[in-house]
Amino acid sequence: MKIRIKYFAGLREAVGRGEEEFEVAGEECSVAAVRDQLVAGGVSALAELRNLRAAVNQSMAGPDAAVRDGDEVAFFPPVTGG
Amino acid sequence: MSVSVQHEDFDAGRECRALLDGRSDVGAVASFIGVVRGDGGKQGVSAMTLEHYPGMTEKSLEEIVAQARQRWPAVSGVRVIHRVGRLQVGDQIVFVGVAGGHRGEAFAACEFIMDYLKTRAPFWKKEETPAGARWVDARDSDDAAAARWQP
Repeated sequence: MKIRIKYFAGLREAVGRGEEEFEVAGEECSVAAVRDQLVAGGVSALAELRNLRAAVNQSMAGPDAAVRDGDEVAFFPPVTGG
Repeated sequence: MSVSVQHEDFDAGRECRALLDGRSDVGAVASFIGVVRGDGGKQGVSAMTLEHYPGMTEKSLEEIVAQARQRWPAVSGVRVIHRVGRLQVGDQIVFVGVAGGHRGEAFAACEFIMDYLKTRAPFWKKEETPAGARWVDARDSDDAAAARWQP
């Protein structure tokens, strides 16, 4: 399945890009599995960030949340607005 | 429209007055303005850049406002404006205005919205200092402030 990955803030700078298409085997997997496959594919910054946060289709998601074909998965540090 | 994410500055007085437009049941408007703070000293912040997640940021702010309105049904109006882009020390960052029948729900909902915004809305600050630019770390005290509202 094909998903869209987004990175924000310090993680975006460490990865060197804000978004990318990513091909994942199977029809469904977890956010943690997406992260692991990205790390295996060379996105080492994802493994180094403490307190990594994620969202699936623009809603906050934990590591066990399901990811399906066409989903948008975002990774970012803890938020610091306001 | 109760939520805006924008580069432009805002006029807090105008936003507060707009919460009264056409209403006779409002007895209180509570508002909060967040400002870019220069901490002074050698590591002083001179400016900052705010990044957000277009789409998700607006959605999360709308969800926070909806939660506040559910929690305090006497709240009659809410306005949230959060700026993004590069801001200087002293610039306004965020406005939260809440109108209600009485001050209790207006104060409480305003504080609730800010506490949730700080920990749940996808914004990130990068500060510029004489030593270079640095991403701001999330603060445990902000998590603690948001946790106060849990049942």
